[in-house]
Amino acid sequence: MVSGILDGLWLVPALPLLGVVLNGILALFVERPLLLPAAGPPSAAAGHGHGASYRTLVAFIAPGVVGAAFVVALLCVLSLAAAPPEGRIFVQVLFPWIQAGAFTAPVAFQLDPLSSVMALVVTGVGFLIHVYSVGYMSHERAFARYFVYLNLFMFAMLILVLADNYLLMFVGWEGVGLCSYLLIGFWYEKQSAADAGKKAFVVNRVGDFGFLLAMFLIFWTFGSVSYTEVFAKAPLLSGDGTLTTGLATAITLLMFLGAAGKSAQIPLYVWLPDAMEGPTPVSALIHAATMVTAGVYMIARSSALFLLAPDTMMVVAVIGAATAIFSATIGICQTDIKRVLAYSTVSQLGYMFLACGVGAFTAGIFHLTTHAFFKALLFLGSGSVIHALSGEQDMRKMGGLKKRVPVTFLTMFAATLAIAGIPGFSGFFSKDEILWKSFSSSMGSPVLWVVAAAAAGITAFYMFRLVFLTFFGTSRMDPEVEKHVHESPWTMTLPLSILAVLSVIGGFLGIPAVLGGAFGVPNLFEGWLEPVFRRAAPAAAHAAEEAAHHSAALEIGLMALSVGIALFGIGLAYFLYRARTEKPDEIARKWPTVYGVVFHKYYIDEFYEWAVVRRVVRGADWLWQMFDARFIDGIVDGAADIVRSAGDRIRRLQGGIVGGYAFSLLAGAVLLVGYILYRSIVQ
Amino acid sequence: MVEPSAYLLLSAILFCIGVVGVVMRRNVLIILMSVELMLNGVNVAFVAAGSYLGDVAGGIFAFMVMTVAAAEAAVGLALLIALYRLKETIDVTELRILKW
Repeated sequence: MVSGILDGLWLVPALPLLGVVLNGILALFVERPLLLPAAGPPSAAAGHGHGASYRTLVAFIAPGVVGAAFVVALLCVLSLAAAPPEGRIFVQVLFPWIQAGAFTAPVAFQLDPLSSVMALVVTGVGFLIHVYSVGYMSHERAFARYFVYLNLFMFAMLILVLADNYLLMFVGWEGVGLCSYLLIGFWYEKQSAADAGKKAFVVNRVGDFGFLLAMFLIFWTFGSVSYTEVFAKAPLLSGDGTLTTGLATAITLLMFLGAAGKSAQIPLYVWLPDAMEGPTPVSALIHAATMVTAGVYMIARSSALFLLAPDTMMVVAVIGAATAIFSATIGICQTDIKRVLAYSTVSQLGYMFLACGVGAFTAGIFHLTTHAFFKALLFLGSGSVIHALSGEQDMRKMGGLKKRVPVTFLTMFAATLAIAGIPGFSGFFSKDEILWKSFSSSMGSPVLWVVAAAAAGITAFYMFRLVFLTFFGTSRMDPEVEKHVHESPWTMTLPLSILAVLSVIGGFLGIPAVLGGAFGVPNLFEGWLEPVFRRAAPAAAHAAEEAAHHSAALEIGLMALSVGIALFGIGLAYFLYRARTEKPDEIARKWPTVYGVVFHKYYIDEFYEWAVVRRVVRGADWLWQMFDARFIDGIVDGAADIVRSAGDRIRRLQGGIVGGYAFSLLAGAVLLVGYILYRSIVQ
Repeated sequence: MVEPSAYLLLSAILFCIGVVGVVMRRNVLIILMSVELMLNGVNVAFVAAGSYLGDVAGGIFAFMVMTVAAAEAAVGLALLIALYRLKETIDVTELRILKW
């Protein structure tokens, strides 16, 4: 146990909460009166008139608190790193929260290598996106409201990753879901945005229900929800037969349902593409870099349980690989720049699940980290493009922007190289680690490798399609839009540049042994996370040993092959969208069915609409008409009717004639006296 | 020596006349007088029982009741005058604004 600077760990989530409070006050008491039409001056004056000073304040507070949280988190992690590998776990109990009989759940934070990686990614990337948002949202009227939600999201996300038990994690889990809903529907005057927010919330409910059930099962089995206790007991209980494989499978499958909801995996991925209705920095922060990776984090965190359930591991790996290739193919035909990136995110999350499913948790978290860099950068870059084009998102109306927005182009191109897996860039290291593990791990298989490698090729293809359509060729912009094209302000280009540097060099944190070993460079990332997964699962170490049996030549060969596939994808994109630009339309005409199916995202939304949504709506309608309107209302209305008709009769006694009252008084007295006399006579 | 039951009979008759007056009459003044009659009926019973049992408590109670009755008459008449000034009637069947 280490302490000292680590005692300030609670500050990491508390600082964004402070931002919520401060910005909330500004939003409620300064901004809201300005926006309400009743406030006198026309709303156009808001933000440019005397109200502008509060915006400056918000622009300093919101990124400030997140930046401070990053600094605190960094200091804490450095202090943790000073301890020997085995002692790198720190738990800070703030206060007991729920105590009911044997059940206790404190509000406590746990910092270990895994949660420290997450905390640094969340606060670091989060800070950059906050800075970017200041520029991107500068024309937004509800400026303070936006940053309240964004700060609240940071708070919830940090609770999620720093919690030391499942219940507190669930609080963060729901908190980020709420913020996701609020921010997707940020422009709630727009019907599609409000609908998308609702869709995200409802689909996530399905997953959350799985997480809740898993938590109940965990408590029922282990009598605790604290990570330390559960993971310590897991091997013991599975040894003495209390925790059967079936039970472990049930727990982990339910958890995976929760993860699939939050991290947009088949069959619950449908909400993420629609979530692009939110502001672009939100897509970068919540729907690419942080929240959607919560599912991966949860599985990595619970690796001790997942490794006891081989069937679940297989399900996770297969669903991950299937999602990776499925959504990658959808990405080929999308024309909205943000939707391409959304499907790409779903696909990349699939890789992370694939890694977890084959027991390569380190590789999954590594890809999570590099993905946070390059996907956040891609989203922010696309936001910069959209900003430059006055809100245009359709790639068919872009083109030739390379010279017009040079910083955006260069940074986005770096991210594209990273996600395509070009050697030397961060995506190459993390993706190749996953590919190799899916082939070599005892839980992996060559089939998974083929699927994942194919998805990598498709990824390279659609990403370069995006870059070619947006930045190269001749302009297809509206003349009106073209006049106003401009590079974004420094608040936007600076985060882009920093993320670009991270996207390029981030991979060197985790150089695979087969490449780095020769030069004596260790795999820093794996070394850092290793204690977590070794303590949790000796089996993982075993799997790693098995992997070592494969020859280095094979690993290098497969690596070269996957790079070749990626280069082929890039070449194809060049051929179709640079060299022979008439080809794509020809292909679409030649196979209209195939093109139509892919263009319509395999009609999955329509299928869900038919198979689930309509049935649920109809069922709810029936319940409303039959159960609510007739049964419940019948009881309530009936009770009211009885009381009313009784009152209607009884009120006639109050005739208002004093003589009548006197008479009933007399009659009562006579009856009473008569009764007493009768009793005394009978006795 | 008159039979004690005769006093009680007188007391009961006075009380019943009072009751009938309270219940039947519409004039508030008459109702108040009927209430006095009921109280005096009770007084007769107190005094008779006191003298029969040789207990002065009966007499004392009668005085007590008279005092209260006097006070009640004063308050009642005051209310009556206030009521008459307000509504220009002392017929109880007209005073029914509190019903329902």
